Amino acid sequence: MANLVIAEHDHGSLKSATLNVISAAVAIGGDVHVLVAGTNASAAAAAAAQVVGVSKVLLADGPAHARLLTENAAAQVVAVAAGYSHILAPATAYGKSVAPRVAALLDKAQISDIIKVVDADTFQRPIYAGNAYATVKSSDSIKVLTVRGTAFNAAANSGGSGAVESITVVNDSGLSSFVSAEITKSERPELTAAKIIVSGGRGLGSGDKYREVLTPLADKLNAAMGASRAAVDAGFVPNDYQVGQTGKIVAPDLYIAVGISGAIQHLAGMKDSKVIVAINKDPDAPIFSVADYGLVGDLFEVVPQLAAAL
Amino acid sequence: MKILVPVKRVVDYNVKVRVKPDNSGVDIANVKMSMNPFCEIAIEEAVRLREKGAATEVVAVSAGVLQCQETLRNAMAIGADRAILIETDVELQPLAVAKLLKAIVDKEQPGLVILGKQAIDDDANQTGQMLAALLGWGQATFASKVEVNGNTATVTREVDGGLETISLKLPAIITTDLRLNEPRYATLPNIMKAKKKQLDNVKPAELGVDVTPRLTTLKVEEPPKRQGGVKVADVAALIDKLKNEAKVI
Repeated sequence: MANLVIAEHDHGSLKSATLNVISAAVAIGGDVHVLVAGTNASAAAAAAAQVVGVSKVLLADGPAHARLLTENAAAQVVAVAAGYSHILAPATAYGKSVAPRVAALLDKAQISDIIKVVDADTFQRPIYAGNAYATVKSSDSIKVLTVRGTAFNAAANSGGSGAVESITVVNDSGLSSFVSAEITKSERPELTAAKIIVSGGRGLGSGDKYREVLTPLADKLNAAMGASRAAVDAGFVPNDYQVGQTGKIVAPDLYIAVGISGAIQHLAGMKDSKVIVAINKDPDAPIFSVADYGLVGDLFEVVPQLAAAL
Repeated sequence: MKILVPVKRVVDYNVKVRVKPDNSGVDIANVKMSMNPFCEIAIEEAVRLREKGAATEVVAVSAGVLQCQETLRNAMAIGADRAILIETDVELQPLAVAKLLKAIVDKEQPGLVILGKQAIDDDANQTGQMLAALLGWGQATFASKVEVNGNTATVTREVDGGLETISLKLPAIITTDLRLNEPRYATLPNIMKAKKKQLDNVKPAELGVDVTPRLTTLKVEEPPKRQGGVKVADVAALIDKLKNEAKVI
């Protein structure tokens, strides 16, 4: 039995989600190989070879992977798929685009967003926005899986000794091409990897207030900043701030929800956080039913006090 | 150009689902069913493209039980021109749905297929990508903006950390994210008109597709409940708890 992990990377380094997927592959058992499909990506491949648990890294280094286009990535995975019992990808925008394409090309089912490995054929995954957990068994010879990063610890990124093997790169499919990207530049930790998250909701009233009130607190805690769907829909912050069922799934050590009422769809994205703090003026807000520590009060007074006292 | 829009009938997003006591699934008897919200966005986008002159016909298609006809009538009330139901009582998994849709695409020859990124019941997020694979077409998932120009579609996608714009050679697959558009309400005259629109019925066997499930659900459970904690009196008490009890700062 051997597992192939589809690495998410930026050519120069591995994205942290890849480390969680490697842990899931280790939990399944058997050899763990990592596929790095990129351009001038030997640094990412070298990083993958250092991860504890990885025995081999397949490096597909060529122009077809310069923009990490889904069609080329999926074709690359299929080219090396024979001989693997499991193919795993992170449940990120990238992994969710590539993995089902791979599965269909192989005529296999895919199991999305696994949160637990029961055995080599059986996995647990959330359905209905996390309101139920399904245990699913696959009868396919190759299991194609996407992995929810917050459900598995990150594998140690040094101390491993995998071998890097270069493989033949697929041709560009010509089906799609890159035009442009607007990636939010931030000094802050990435939302899905942050230890502490300060998150704001509609209670902040405006984008200006969101930044004015929450930034000093996030700075003090070296926290990532998130938001509820209501705050995103109201235009306070860009889409990629959104925590929730249709946004990012997070599980930091500390999640501070400010002016967030706690809609089910938001709770689905953060209820696995270790410690949840809620600050809201409405004592009946549903967020208090999941918060370890609730503070009922005016966020415009309480949050600056908190930032000042830290 | 014809646009095909697959739509799914799911438990309404306002319904709080309950796990059955025997852990065989969730209880969907007598609960309100609606069109999956992401599919509604897909229909709306297709209708807008037709209204702008970028498309000539919008065909809605659904796979499942006979009651999916209601979902298709709803799609036609939003503006789809006609609809196709692939009727079956078998539990359909994404790969099977993708194969059924491929058979419909082979027949209808659309220039574009727009789907919701995921259904809010099984949360799989697979069907569009699988259909693209089976057809050998390009794909743009998580679309927040779509422009069609002749033989290409330019699609802005919501990716981790921001937005990415790609160009797709048509025919192609697009899956919708939440912020692509706000679907219109179906007006009463349009609901009435939709009742007269063409709705064809086919069976998986007629399409030559094997829909046997590959995955077996062994059990469905309630997720572990998170217990609410305590309310603290003020900021000083909160900091004390975080430092000395939870030890997270």
